[in-house]
Amino acid sequence: MKKAIAIIGLTAAIAANSQAAAVTVTLACGAVGQELELCKAGADRWAKKTGNSVKIFESPNLTNDRLGLYQQQLAAKSSDIDVYQLDVVWPGLLSQHFVDLKTKVPAAEVNAHFKGIVAANTVNGKLVALPWFTDAGLLYYRTDLLTKYGYKTAPKTWAELATMAKKIQTGEQKANKSFAGFVWQGKNYEGLTCDALEWVVSFGGGTIVDDKGNITINNAKAAAALDAAASWVKNISPAGVTTYGEEEARGIFQSGNAAFMRNWPYAWALGQGDDSKVKGKIGVAPLPSGGARNAATLGGWQLGVSTYSKNQAAAISLVRYLAGPDEQKIRAVEGAYNPTIQTLYKDPAVLKANPFFGSLLSVFTSAVARPSGPTKGKYNQVSQAFSTAVSDVLNGKSKGTAAVAKLSTDLARIKGRGW
Amino acid sequence: MTTNATPKLDAPIRRRGIEAARAQQALWLLLPTLIAIALVAGYPLYRTIFFSLFEASLTTPDERTFLGIGNFWFTTAEGVQLGFLQDPKWWEAVKNTMLFTVVSVFLETVFGMIIALVVNTAFPGRAFLRTAMLVPWAIPTVVSAQMWGYMYNDSFGLIGRGLLGGQALLANTDSAIWALIAVDVWKTTSFMALLILAGLQSLPTDMYEAADMDGATKWTQFWRMTLPLLRPALLVALVFRSLDALRVFDVMYVMLGPVNAGTTSMTGYARLQLIDNSLLGMGSAVSVAIFLIIMVIVVLYVTAFRVKFD
Repeated sequence: MKKAIAIIGLTAAIAANSQAAAVTVTLACGAVGQELELCKAGADRWAKKTGNSVKIFESPNLTNDRLGLYQQQLAAKSSDIDVYQLDVVWPGLLSQHFVDLKTKVPAAEVNAHFKGIVAANTVNGKLVALPWFTDAGLLYYRTDLLTKYGYKTAPKTWAELATMAKKIQTGEQKANKSFAGFVWQGKNYEGLTCDALEWVVSFGGGTIVDDKGNITINNAKAAAALDAAASWVKNISPAGVTTYGEEEARGIFQSGNAAFMRNWPYAWALGQGDDSKVKGKIGVAPLPSGGARNAATLGGWQLGVSTYSKNQAAAISLVRYLAGPDEQKIRAVEGAYNPTIQTLYKDPAVLKANPFFGSLLSVFTSAVARPSGPTKGKYNQVSQAFSTAVSDVLNGKSKGTAAVAKLSTDLARIKGRGW
Repeated sequence: MTTNATPKLDAPIRRRGIEAARAQQALWLLLPTLIAIALVAGYPLYRTIFFSLFEASLTTPDERTFLGIGNFWFTTAEGVQLGFLQDPKWWEAVKNTMLFTVVSVFLETVFGMIIALVVNTAFPGRAFLRTAMLVPWAIPTVVSAQMWGYMYNDSFGLIGRGLLGGQALLANTDSAIWALIAVDVWKTTSFMALLILAGLQSLPTDMYEAADMDGATKWTQFWRMTLPLLRPALLVALVFRSLDALRVFDVMYVMLGPVNAGTTSMTGYARLQLIDNSLLGMGSAVSVAIFLIIMVIVVLYVTAFRVKFD
């Protein structure tokens, strides 16, 4: 009996000891494109370095689905996931569930990242998460087809894009019935909010809700932007574009069935892959202007440590490693994920893999933020009301002017007594 | 499942003492089940009704304020309507769910009946066919919905491009509902057929032999004998399918995405409020409303058709 107790005690001591030395950290990664492979590889490098191990939690593809899942985990104060991958519009919504990294990460390390993105991750002075990669909408085009139809440069305005897309589409459809001029994210979800914000801002129609929290969407320029987009559907874009997310659009472009595509930078590396039918034929340009400016919606993902994590020290170490310059460089070279660390935009290896990073730096640094800051916890409702209004215009259920007027009323209702 | 041919038990000699003891024993045997039901069904239901009376966020359920019926119906002093019953989207969801239920259950019953009658007759390969027809039912809905989503795609889908020449059925919620009904009918007809087949097999064969002798046509036999005798089994199947159809969620969610699913199914609307908008109180209120709607429909069904579940 005594012997048994001693053995149990000994094994328990060994187990406790080894646990203190090496822990398992669970990391929630996205799985759009090659996100998952890169995430796993990065986590493995950290694990090898520190002797800990990482368990990967695969998240759903659509950002709306991801948020729902995370909210349930966090509301239940679950310690299952230690490190979360957060969308740039979430910090305001989820801040109370995350460790303040300001006190845990040296200031110099934080300040290496773009100021705007650090600001987006700071809620009431608390640094909710470290920037991991940034995103902005880009226009992808087929260099070979532009040459074939006598164009020298990418379109500068939406009207130009429509003309070019129409010409190329008409020509290509003679041989390939499935060919489309322009594909983008038209499904009613967060992705449509990003696309539509780009149109509205590029026409000079404001950002739905301004920095002070006033609802500004009910204006003629915003209405014109939505009407312009509606005129693309079934004309230069397939009828089903209103059911596409990022991956559907990429699938069509990458199989050689579209002349233009609006997508995030991640589509670059995949389009240059060996299984891509358009390898070596892709050009990247800023999104066209609607008369006011070129506008790209700011996207991007951050890494935050859950306050309910049982291995906070290890989790913070993992976040610092993944968001650090070495890992961001690997991700930029292998997956075309935009670094959030300024100096990497001068790195020759990064620029060789992504020639457009240098020339389009201004697109990334001047990207337009969605109104998640001023609308705080109600951002999702705002975004949903906006994407639904846009969706109605795209599907011909209403016209731009009526849609923005109704949207303005809906937003007032959501705002209620305040954001 | 009920049948009209329950064998009559020979009435045994009973004494009160034994019966009372048995009843008590039965109660004890049922107790674990009752406790389990209270825990896994009763408690969540209580919490849902509880939260439906509060304004609360999904991420911070502990910080809540009492609203009463405000989640259902509330107009502010400025005339802003905040209750979900005042939201046209909710009523659109109700309309679409009802349409989905009525049409899909009707088609599934008709097709299910035809299939059941076919596989009830003797022919070579019958056993194989009975198993094979269950395949659509066996595939998880999420998988089959995704599969159909690809088939409906207008640029590479078998149906969207191949049959309809580039139409996007799912783009518009008005046409999408018919596409969704088609998926549900494809998936659940076999289940309906199986339920009806079970009913058919309990019918006595000598009755049909007698009918043949008397010269009744197959048509008359179906309308005068099969259908009336099948009625109890058919009604139970109908109740099951109607309830499933009213609670439909996954087909809409997978094929239309979270936001559009919110206007095509009641459960989609509930999820949108509860999860996407993190309105715990509002979402719970919607769930309570769905619970009440389904309960009323069940009661109507059971009383109007005198369905017996024994």
